[in-house]
Amino acid sequence: MSTLPVLKSADFASDQDVRWCPGCGDYSILAQMKKILPDLGVPRENTVFISGIGCSSRFPYYMNTYGMHSIHGRAPAFATGLKSTRPELMVWVITGDGDALSIGGNHFIHVLRRNLDINIILFNNRIYGLTKGQYSPTSTEGQVTKSTPMGSIDHPLSPLSLALAAEATFVARSIDAHVKHLGESLKRAAKHKGASLVEVYQNCNVFNDGAMAYAQERKQRADNVVELEHGKPLVFANGTKGIRLVGTHLEIVNTADVPADDLLIHDEKDPNPSIHMMLARMSYPSMPEPIGVLRAVEGVPTYNDQINDQVNAATETKGVGDLDTLFTSGDTWTVD
Amino acid sequence: MASPTTSKDVQSVSGITVRLAGDSGDGMQLLGTQLTNTSALAGNDVATFPDFPAEIRAPRGTRAGVSGFQVQFASEEIFTPGDTLDALVVMNPAAMVTNLDDLRHGGILIANEDGFNEREFKLAKVESNPLDANVLEETYRIIKVPMTKLTREAVSEFGLGTKIADRCKNFFAMGMVYWLFGRSLEPTLRFISAKFSKKPEIAAANEAALRAGWAFGETTEAFGESYQVEAAKLSPGIFRNIMGNQALAWGLIAASKLSGKDLFYGTYPITPASDILHELTKYKNFGVRTFQAEDEIAAVCSAIGAAFGGSMGVTASSGPGIALKAEGMGLGMIMELPMIIINVQRGGPSTGLPTKTEQSDLLQCMYGRNGESPLPILSPMSPGDCFDIAVEAWRIATECMVPVMILSDGYIANGSEPWKIPTVSSLPSIEVSHPEGTDEDEPFMPYARDEYLARPWAIPGTPGLMHRLGGLEKEDGSGNVSYDPDNHQHMTDVRAAKVAKISSRIPDQEVFGASHGDVLVVSWGGTYGSCHTAVQRCQDNGKKVSHAHLRYLNPMPSNLGDILGAFSKVIVAELNTGQLRQLLRAEYLIDCIGVNKVQGKPFTVTELVEAIERHNDAATGNADKSETDNFQHQTS
Repeated sequence: MSTLPVLKSADFASDQDVRWCPGCGDYSILAQMKKILPDLGVPRENTVFISGIGCSSRFPYYMNTYGMHSIHGRAPAFATGLKSTRPELMVWVITGDGDALSIGGNHFIHVLRRNLDINIILFNNRIYGLTKGQYSPTSTEGQVTKSTPMGSIDHPLSPLSLALAAEATFVARSIDAHVKHLGESLKRAAKHKGASLVEVYQNCNVFNDGAMAYAQERKQRADNVVELEHGKPLVFANGTKGIRLVGTHLEIVNTADVPADDLLIHDEKDPNPSIHMMLARMSYPSMPEPIGVLRAVEGVPTYNDQINDQVNAATETKGVGDLDTLFTSGDTWTVD
Repeated sequence: MASPTTSKDVQSVSGITVRLAGDSGDGMQLLGTQLTNTSALAGNDVATFPDFPAEIRAPRGTRAGVSGFQVQFASEEIFTPGDTLDALVVMNPAAMVTNLDDLRHGGILIANEDGFNEREFKLAKVESNPLDANVLEETYRIIKVPMTKLTREAVSEFGLGTKIADRCKNFFAMGMVYWLFGRSLEPTLRFISAKFSKKPEIAAANEAALRAGWAFGETTEAFGESYQVEAAKLSPGIFRNIMGNQALAWGLIAASKLSGKDLFYGTYPITPASDILHELTKYKNFGVRTFQAEDEIAAVCSAIGAAFGGSMGVTASSGPGIALKAEGMGLGMIMELPMIIINVQRGGPSTGLPTKTEQSDLLQCMYGRNGESPLPILSPMSPGDCFDIAVEAWRIATECMVPVMILSDGYIANGSEPWKIPTVSSLPSIEVSHPEGTDEDEPFMPYARDEYLARPWAIPGTPGLMHRLGGLEKEDGSGNVSYDPDNHQHMTDVRAAKVAKISSRIPDQEVFGASHGDVLVVSWGGTYGSCHTAVQRCQDNGKKVSHAHLRYLNPMPSNLGDILGAFSKVIVAELNTGQLRQLLRAEYLIDCIGVNKVQGKPFTVTELVEAIERHNDAATGNADKSETDNFQHQTS
């Protein structure tokens, strides 16, 4: 058995100059991706990045792997054709809030419900960057943008809620500026067998600067973000506050005021997504927002396994297809 | 399962055209398919035309709900399902009033008398019993049969409810038709026992109805004689009956085998293309993976993804779905990946006439994408030809690294004909190779080109060839994103030249008839049969008319310009308002006369002969020229 060459982060960089705006949150995600890939032990040639359209979707050009910069919103569909026929490849989908949730909303829900074994990284900056500043499906109500001078009247969409509604088997959130957490989240997503979604809060410093500063800035983060850990109680604000389940609602409590076992214990493996959905719905400023793995359910069959299992099962029962047998099946007649 | 034989007189005829018409739920399509298969097995040449409404179960008894199946079977080679009917079977008044016009004078009208009552007259919106019209007796041979009553009697011993018993009615009608045309019951008896193997009482009832229908023909005084159509003199070989969509699916499977590439078929259900999916999904043991996508866009994108991975990526749809796929097709084109996109055309625009045939998507396929985005287009000329076209499309796609379009239509997709089964060794080999991996640090050039301007098909998993494809303009050679003006001009020119060069790798255009003369009829796609037959008839009438039927629409065969120039007049017959005509005029700067029809129906031979002869007379100075310039043929 030959040993795999040890790869470094730099081995995953392509020869193309990165052309995102200086200060863009995308740089951090690119850096973390290059950092974690060597640890996964998958050769570069077996790694494929597929993206749609938008700032984030330039990502594949910067990776020294196979890649496809496709059309707007459709990356999951390309990934479906590739992963179904080449299940041994590690396939990543790089997308944004407009790409995945607006024009590509349909493909996003269907690839998740099919549990195709790919990793979807959704760069959420709550704005359209590449088209220069229109509001996106995750922009907040009232947000003033180039296309909403009097404020947005759309209700924002939560990618995590949408993914959970589609019964996604792996749902996580991380933050561009929280690099260690981000790297770990990407790694967890890669190791999950099935469709993985990681929403990354990503700052667009040109068109929506600071929109998620409450979560991105280290000083504010402690009070506004709950870092989820499987089997651990939900606490934040340096341990002074926690989350408690009361009936069908979550509420904030002071940890000093309640017994420790009153706090909600995070169970990412619960097959029932109801509590994961409650977590996904926690939103700033009324609640801290969860980051980390909301849901990771293993053992659900993947689309790529099943489509190939059917081919194998048919071949076992019928034998490898033979054209002569096919052509002469059913009624035939001979002309002399 | 012995089939009975008649003791009445038998008259030998060269061919019969019969149409079976009833309510959508009456099982007319089944009856037609069985009659077709049985006739094909008897050695006749056959051609079919199923014609059914878009509604699954339109209100019962109404004209909108009438479903028909026309078949011509003959002892000589035929190319169409026939213009006028020798026999018409109608199950209710709606079927009669919507089909009677096509029955020839002196033809046989068989009516299910039990389907003609006050209630049915109201549903069909007729004032009185159409069977009572005096003119009928003078024009046709009318045979009224109480089919419902006789069927109930025939199946009474099986104790089925009335509703279920009445469902056997189509088998009674079938038995009668089989008697009339000397068909063996055996193939249908085999079909019944296989189809209803889990419901033996239903199988027995259907068999009883079939035999009762036959016996009725044998005993009734209404039929004095039956008709016999001898076997046709087809070229030697083993034959089977095949439908267009089935042949297309089999051609894809064959191409997959011949090239050693597993077939990935991404699609979204749409009439009249869905049967390709239904057929392909039966053959997973050939390595076929079918993916019913969430929409048309996902379907084409998944096929591109599979092509990127080194598989045979195929998607299919009809006009509305092709419109949705346009952006994806453009991406496949600029990525220069081999794949197949099938358009089984139907009546347009918009949702149009989903179950009717038309050829109005030619310009959509030629130009329906943003930017300069040429794609090769092939078009099958008959149900059986769908097989060859599928193999040919994959050959071109892999040799030239380009998505290839197949332009079929509802008429050949649902039509059927005898198909001479090819030996596998006679099929063309399709050699596909991928560049091998390398350890070297030399940058890989994904857009380097061979003499056909094809780029290498390097696939993920190959060390050292990592590269990125995308929809942004590429730098020649490296494939890196490039906004350079000269590079864009160059790449645009190369992509066009690559498609144009395909003309050197396809056969020359053939001409049926003399290579020069007064009139050339040009056609494409599913109208081959009617155009060929019409031209043959004109030639028999002493006219100097030839026929060129195009299977390659982009690029066109390299000798086509010379052929067109050798005739005084070029007539382009197509089921649209003149799309091929526009292309020919633009490409060859010659005038063309359109013979066009958009009624959701194929051409009849008669209307084509009339149009061709009118133009022929004009070409030879036998008619007033001014009347015929740019004549648009219309049928009422």
